[in-house]
Amino acid sequence: MPLADADRELVEAELGREPTRAEAALFENLWSEHCAYRSSRPLLGAFDSESDDVVVGPGDDAAVVALDDDTYATLGIESHNHPSYVDPFDGAATGVGGIVRDTMSMGAYPIALADSLYFGDFDREHSRYLFEGVVEGISHYGNCIGVPTVAGSVAFNDGYEGNPLVNVACVGLTTPDRLVTATAETPGNKLVLVGNATGRDGLGGASFASEDLAEDAETEDRPAVQVGDPYAEKRLIECNEALVDEGLLVAARDLGAAGLGGASSELVAKGGLGAEIALDRVHQREPEMNAMEILLAESQERMVYEVRPEDTDRVAEVAERFDLGCSVIGEVTDGNYVCTFDGETVVDAPAEYLADGAPMNELPSEAPSQPDRDLPALVAGDDGSTDPDALAEVVEAVVGHPNTASKRWVYRQYDHEVGVRTGVLPGDDAAVMAVREAETESGEPLGLALSSGSEPRWTEAAPYEGARAVALENATNLAAKGATPLAAVDCLNGGNPEKPEVYGDFAAAVDGLAEMCAALSVPVVGGNVSLYNDSVAGPIPPTPTLAVIGKKAGFDAPPAAFAGEGTVLVVGAAGGSLGGSEYLAQAGGSDRFPELPENAPVVVETLAAVADREDTLAVHDVSHGGLAVALAELVTDAAGADVTLDGALALFDETPGRAVIETTDPDGVREAFDGVAPVEAIGETTTDGVLSLTVGGVDLSYDAESIRDLRAVIERELD
Amino acid sequence: MTVSVIQFGGSNCDRDAVRALSHLGVDAERVWHADGLPTDTDGIVIPGGFSYGDYLRAGAMAARQPIMGEVREAAADGTPVLGVCNGAQIGCETGLTDGAFTTNRSARFQCEHVHLRIERADTPWTAAYDEGDVIEVPIAHGEGRFEIREDRLDTLEAEDRVLFRYCDADGDATQGANPNGSTANVAGILGARETVAVMMPHPERATLPDIGGTDGQGVLRAFAE
Repeated sequence: MPLADADRELVEAELGREPTRAEAALFENLWSEHCAYRSSRPLLGAFDSESDDVVVGPGDDAAVVALDDDTYATLGIESHNHPSYVDPFDGAATGVGGIVRDTMSMGAYPIALADSLYFGDFDREHSRYLFEGVVEGISHYGNCIGVPTVAGSVAFNDGYEGNPLVNVACVGLTTPDRLVTATAETPGNKLVLVGNATGRDGLGGASFASEDLAEDAETEDRPAVQVGDPYAEKRLIECNEALVDEGLLVAARDLGAAGLGGASSELVAKGGLGAEIALDRVHQREPEMNAMEILLAESQERMVYEVRPEDTDRVAEVAERFDLGCSVIGEVTDGNYVCTFDGETVVDAPAEYLADGAPMNELPSEAPSQPDRDLPALVAGDDGSTDPDALAEVVEAVVGHPNTASKRWVYRQYDHEVGVRTGVLPGDDAAVMAVREAETESGEPLGLALSSGSEPRWTEAAPYEGARAVALENATNLAAKGATPLAAVDCLNGGNPEKPEVYGDFAAAVDGLAEMCAALSVPVVGGNVSLYNDSVAGPIPPTPTLAVIGKKAGFDAPPAAFAGEGTVLVVGAAGGSLGGSEYLAQAGGSDRFPELPENAPVVVETLAAVADREDTLAVHDVSHGGLAVALAELVTDAAGADVTLDGALALFDETPGRAVIETTDPDGVREAFDGVAPVEAIGETTTDGVLSLTVGGVDLSYDAESIRDLRAVIERELD
Repeated sequence: MTVSVIQFGGSNCDRDAVRALSHLGVDAERVWHADGLPTDTDGIVIPGGFSYGDYLRAGAMAARQPIMGEVREAAADGTPVLGVCNGAQIGCETGLTDGAFTTNRSARFQCEHVHLRIERADTPWTAAYDEGDVIEVPIAHGEGRFEIREDRLDTLEAEDRVLFRYCDADGDATQGANPNGSTANVAGILGARETVAVMMPHPERATLPDIGGTDGQGVLRAFAE
């Protein structure tokens, strides 16, 4: 995709001459949708990114949020969608590498990863190939670099058939003293490139990620996909840590999309400065690379640092210790962004114009509409009569669907305990990481909770309401483990924005996500946009992945497993409709998306407080698959429940902001939620490991083993 | 006692081992392999992780680093040496212990909690337990299947050098409780001396009380003597 004519004219007017080949290539990549967010930036103003805790907001490699006075958390998210279609193993692996370097470049040490993955229908052979490859790629890279993968989500939906999504979030820890940003500070300081040698890999990745995937993408676009080297990344993590320890870094940026050209121009542009870079000095892996290749190659595991001139020797020594290449490639100036090669000037343009000069696209959009109610006979009748066989069939279809089934097959392949911080393991509503360095206001050790995900069926049915629900569901995940949300990052995935209905759906999802995050007082401190997830198979559903972190006292939480000693309560208001539910996907029909509570922040806060009560034995949020799935997940060999519900609607309603609580003090829970949300006692737990349901007068019963069997569909099919 | 936790390029459980040992009051520090073994080393941990990315056979590259010569000498002199996970693979590659750890039966990486049966309680690594005790410890490996020639397994068993076996919660070493297909459910073994041991499960991940189980503490207490 060459530089578009309209852009070329702008560049010519700015430079007063024709751009060189290297400049044209640089503008093409930096002004691509992937780097410049030309179609989405007008929408991103909807997000509120500020709070008292935010230290560095959007625009840097990762956001920084204060946990207490002396401890900061970094938070970033990235998509690696197109590469993961072309080469699932390497595409996903390098996605992990990129977001970890974003963490390092803030002077932080990575402590947790979360992956939200989206594939076509599980029954399709190609979906399984991509799923297996992506999980293996994440496992290979994340395990090798020793960063635990502790949270995430997996969804299967035919909308992703031609465009799988791989969204990777990373949390790191740093301190006020160690914090480094990507803002160049002082002319005369040196620019130092540390890490892998540069080769001809990943050329034009940014512009490749800004187009629809072509039918022949798997063969044609393979050169645009990079190959990761996690061993080099691990050494780079250690090297970066040592450089931060010694205070040698003035500014840092990792090399990602658009390679050295992107990272170095953005670094100096943020400081309102320029640079002079001799491209010949870059350590190279292949002979006879030209200027454009050195400038734009997306070879992995590289960082560019601003270093004081007197410190460059020491930086080189540290890099050498970790067997990493190191080149002093130029210096920060107060002029243009200038690159020379072989004695010739190949780029000479204002850095800020490169980084921020791309014009924004004003695209036409069509507002989405919601479907009407047309429910399957099972729940449509007002007389409450339910067909027992049909009910059993649909319960099993929903509980045993790969979307709601156990993801153990996935997270078992991820090292989720390296780092000895994982207090609550994957498979629960949210992970809780031990941040022993920090304290809560009450002086207790600080647990950092993490949840990440989106629900395509929701945003497909109702982009705005569904995206609001995604935000509320992630916040509820944290609250179910006793944590209150602190900050979030988003990864906004959409189809081709030039199609008005696709752009309309995407815009509605962005607005919905922003609205609920603001309502919950969760600042959205950074993110990533990935458009053109479109192919002959059609556009993806608008997919706003949200990764949220929250704080709690201590590192443990009530389990998402019954104890067998209490009353089963459902807290929170059911919306009373089924739009976007797994139930409708299985049983057919349509409905409006459920209404969400207007007092969501108070519900979340109250749930977090109740989760931490002594008499709370188990908590699990209600979301995908409704109570049917939530209750099934709570059953163990030693503990079951006797539960009575009005009808199938109550069993399958997916309204988020609700939770199942097992408690020995139901009145205490009612009191806590008084005036906040309804609390309904739906039964008692038992010690027989059987889930006995009475739904609209129909009795169903499943023991722990049959539930485990239903929920093991992914393992059964893939092992 | 000062324990040296050896950091190879790519080791990633080095910090965890130091943290766990420190929790038990043991003085431990990370030692970069190229710097050699400090002279005041009284104990050695070869930690888990992916030394050199394990791009060759797991542990093969690390086993050939000069510092492993020093480790062999120290081990022969009676210095306690514990290899965990990748450290166990390195230990076998180096010849500190017999056998080899290779690709899991599932051919996939597996991170989960398993049960181990204490096969003998008269070694420094198991003195905190009773023979037959069952402990719960995490594993996290792709190449953890213990393999050994049959005659050498016989020797190993005859000399009572199997330290831990994978078992179910009741202590039965069944195939169902064997996570990776290890020969004879072997999870950890002794070297030529009782002061040398390797194991695939991670005792340092079951030591800190604030994140759950502490069943692995007993193994690391060998260094607290």
